[in-house]
Amino acid sequence: MSQAAAQAADGRPLTYLSNGFTLRSWLTSTDHKRIAILYAVSITAFFFLGGIAIGIVRLELVTPTQDLVSADTYNRLFTLHGIVMVWFFLVPSIPTTFGNFLLPMMIGAKDLAMPRLNLFSWYLYVAGGLFTVYALIAGGVDTGWTFYTPFSTMFSNSHVLAAAMGVFVVGFSSVATGINFIVTTHMMRTRGMTWMRLPLFVWAMYATSFVMVLATPVLSVALLLVMAERWLGVPIFNPTHGGDPLLFQHLFWFYSHPAVYIMILPAMGVVSEIFPCFARRRIFGYQFMVYAMVAIAVIGFFVWGHHMFVSGQSGYANLVFSFLSFVVAVPSAIKVFNWTATLYRGQITFEAPMFYAIGFVGLFTIGGLTGLFLATVPIDIQATDTYFVVAHFHYIMVGGSVSALFAAIHFWWPKMTGRMYPEIWARFAAILMFFGFNFTFFPQFIMGWMGMPRRYGSYPPEFQIYHVLSSAGALVLAAAYLLPLGYLTWAYFRAPRAPRNPWHATGLEWTTPSPPPPLNFDAPPVVNEGPYHYHPAEVGPEARPEGAEDEQRASSA
Amino acid sequence: MTASTASSPPVALHEPWEDLSRQRQAATMGMWIFLLSEMLLFGGLFAAYTVCRSLNPMGFRAGSHEADLVYGTINTVLLITSSLTMTLAVRAAPARLHKVALGFLAATVALGLAFLAVKGMEYHEDLTKSLFPGPGFKLPQQGAEQFFSFYWVMTGLHMLHMTAGVIAVSRLIVVGRRYPEWLETSPAVEATGLYWSLVDVIWMILYVLIYLPGRGG
Repeated sequence: MSQAAAQAADGRPLTYLSNGFTLRSWLTSTDHKRIAILYAVSITAFFFLGGIAIGIVRLELVTPTQDLVSADTYNRLFTLHGIVMVWFFLVPSIPTTFGNFLLPMMIGAKDLAMPRLNLFSWYLYVAGGLFTVYALIAGGVDTGWTFYTPFSTMFSNSHVLAAAMGVFVVGFSSVATGINFIVTTHMMRTRGMTWMRLPLFVWAMYATSFVMVLATPVLSVALLLVMAERWLGVPIFNPTHGGDPLLFQHLFWFYSHPAVYIMILPAMGVVSEIFPCFARRRIFGYQFMVYAMVAIAVIGFFVWGHHMFVSGQSGYANLVFSFLSFVVAVPSAIKVFNWTATLYRGQITFEAPMFYAIGFVGLFTIGGLTGLFLATVPIDIQATDTYFVVAHFHYIMVGGSVSALFAAIHFWWPKMTGRMYPEIWARFAAILMFFGFNFTFFPQFIMGWMGMPRRYGSYPPEFQIYHVLSSAGALVLAAAYLLPLGYLTWAYFRAPRAPRNPWHATGLEWTTPSPPPPLNFDAPPVVNEGPYHYHPAEVGPEARPEGAEDEQRASSA
Repeated sequence: MTASTASSPPVALHEPWEDLSRQRQAATMGMWIFLLSEMLLFGGLFAAYTVCRSLNPMGFRAGSHEADLVYGTINTVLLITSSLTMTLAVRAAPARLHKVALGFLAATVALGLAFLAVKGMEYHEDLTKSLFPGPGFKLPQQGAEQFFSFYWVMTGLHMLHMTAGVIAVSRLIVVGRRYPEWLETSPAVEATGLYWSLVDVIWMILYVLIYLPGRGG
């Protein structure tokens, strides 16, 4: 590999970052690491777009009357928040950034199996994003992120077509990424990297990819039918022509429930890497962690009906979907127990990624358990469409997924940028995020249980205290999101350079220089042992060595 | 990334692969997974169709009776034959039978274009018979309009796939004529063949769903 040994102009070894500085060198790069960065920049932009929308919503909700924005604008704001956050932030968040960056490195490959398809998927993402931004600029959408018919097809006076088109296009980006990950995992594992030696993050990406490939097309076709009905006037869901609006809900949730697992499985993969590293302990029950993820991906396909308990679905269907929703909680619980058991008798240190990861487990558990409340038909009939539901899925998606995303950002930051980050600030941000998150969403459980319905801009005054608490918490949460943007930007230019393996972690990605050279490894690595060998099987874990390993400077000297 | 200029022949082997046969396996596998995804795409449509048909059996029957069996059958024959020529081309390419492969690819494109032309004639006739849903729709039965909604969406989506297939096969011809050796090794040949077969199989199902419910019994 002559390229890897090449020197950049400043005498440092060539890295994927210094391999061209022009805009063109980024926009036409097929390097999986550069595409990961392209995705990271784009999803960050959409994250703040969706965040601004919900910021205005929370501001409106400080008072019981509809006074800041009109009811119609309010509808458009929470719809924008939902569409942007689900399809342009959460679904692509961890897979397209960390999955893209790490999957080939973790299995010892030079790149994904189809690098040009990978770049193409980013352009599809951008194209879908442009449709959505157009829908926003043109005046927004008021259907809610779920596009329920017949409102979306027959009555809504907003830009449903453009928004649905955006989601339709970005779906193919997901499918392309999923295909690429599956083929890469099958075909590109380095010598000795057997299936049961794969890091759990790779397994998480693999399971997620299957959900992406199999669930996304059903959403695409549901949106295609909505677009056809709205644009061409063909009566597919129109009840006056014998159509069934419930049919749309079935097609929609056949994707959108598995989509929850697209969001949470990668997060599970991330914390499964972080816990062993900062507890210096082998992961507890590796094989069961693998089976649990596969089980979640499979069973996750058969629970969608629990979104429709009050939609007029048959009682038998309710019974079956309720049962299956309980079943899917079992592998999730296995994972929580195994993470906890991994910590047991570990040599735990509390770096920022560990704070985020521990926060993930707590918040995910609350989100999961309240999910079981909602999977119980009689309770769901009471709590459906209230803030209880809103709080429940935000505990999973924000408390779970976003916490894990920030854990990943900090854990792999030294690898991706070649710089450390300021630990004190990062710990502060992690604690602030945990605090701000609970401050925002716990009051929503309470008011939801008391009967506050979701999606209303005005409400009875007795709920005001909870809304004020929630909005104040959102302010804290916003600060906790903006803080890393500040100190990580600083760190990128000014922080001390990172060695290859600052955490003394296992995994092939830590054996290459930070940041990695364009083709990742100087020579294809060979794997002789399973993952997470932090200590010999018969011996307890030892504390992490003080200071960072300084292999990189030693090797370049 | 190496940008191939107009004069140099296209390279079949790309980064990150070091071995062409592995790369071909990966392309084939990727295509199979894409086909799986495509099956779910059409599967969603078929499921929706089935639900609506079970709600309005008589309307779907009346609608299907209006669908033109002659055009549908001609198209089925054209497409099955094109699958044969495509498969022969895929088999001929690695056997170094360049002329044969190119001939079968050209036959595939011709049959595909014929399919699209027949479909266009059928669409034209449907429109003149007011079979597009909307005011003035020909059939009064509840559900018939819905049947034709599915007809237009399903055949339209299939036509898009056909068009993409014709473009993909044409590309093989254009590149293969200039660089016959490329046809032997490129993973694109088998992948395109697989895609073509799926589009064919989807049509078989569409044929049964669209043209047959209103006949017989």
